[in-house]
Amino acid sequence: MNFLKSPWPWYVAGPLIGLSVPLLMLIGNKALGISSSLRHICAACLPGKIPFFQYDWKKESWNLWFAGGIALGALLVLLFLGNGEPVALNPSTISALKANGVQEFDELLPGDIFNWGNAFNGIGLLFFVAGGFLVGFGTRYAGGCTSGHSIYGISTLQWPSLVATICFMAGGFAMTHLILPPLMRWLLL
Amino acid sequence: MKNLKFGIAGILFGIILAKAEVISWFRIQEMFRLESFHMYGVIGSAIATAMLGVLLIRTMGWRSMSGEEIVVRKKPFTKGTVIGGLLFGLGWAVTGACPGPIFAQIGSGFTVVVITLLSAIAGTWVYGKLKDRLPH
Repeated sequence: MNFLKSPWPWYVAGPLIGLSVPLLMLIGNKALGISSSLRHICAACLPGKIPFFQYDWKKESWNLWFAGGIALGALLVLLFLGNGEPVALNPSTISALKANGVQEFDELLPGDIFNWGNAFNGIGLLFFVAGGFLVGFGTRYAGGCTSGHSIYGISTLQWPSLVATICFMAGGFAMTHLILPPLMRWLLL
Repeated sequence: MKNLKFGIAGILFGIILAKAEVISWFRIQEMFRLESFHMYGVIGSAIATAMLGVLLIRTMGWRSMSGEEIVVRKKPFTKGTVIGGLLFGLGWAVTGACPGPIFAQIGSGFTVVVITLLSAIAGTWVYGKLKDRLPH
């Protein structure tokens, strides 16, 4: 029980995540990939006359069940499998983030940024609206995300997925080191 | 009901994502600051395990539960692989989430991430709308 409650080390969690690829192949001949669920939601709710959304999304509805399951799984962890401890971060990460204005380190996400009080201000515009838009637009333009490209694509030996993953990382490094720190200091300090 | 098994698979996936803390905004910052091996270990060992699983399925000639031959979905290379990849990377570092973890962050009680999800859906929609005018 102690093991279940404490955070799982990478060598436990990583292989379990990796097993989802053969698991989805065996239980339904499906390709792991979560960003597609966003496209299916568009196709279901607001297809307009856009050709990219004219397809039978119901045939892909397994993907929405999978995405909904992810939210439920995380909720189960919150309710029954959490330990209520802060994330054991590298102290240098903490001091760098503190210097950029982050104050709360006791949950999975910084509570001083990720709360409804910031839904309609500049902080929310950056962290939720702009960030989310880049995730949705970028993953679809790239044809996949961390699960579809980095895990599924690379493990099925497809070189475009390796290129995509390198670009994911390059974008992330640029944001973390160049763009985000001044924006955070401006918005949070 | 045929989708129930995918819902259960999703629940397991969500539990693992949350327990591994890969849905933590802090962990993503730590990863991009190269101050922890954790995320690299998770992603690297996930790829290695998936690779072994796929290899096993291929060498054994296993079929899916319904008896179909297992097909691998092709990931074509386009200019979008690079441009879209970079844009997603920017968003990943801001939100601390790729699409799977967006759902998991909401489930973890950070309900405000619903805005991130709606915006990601909007981003996907705008891509669909502009698709033919973008370089591919």
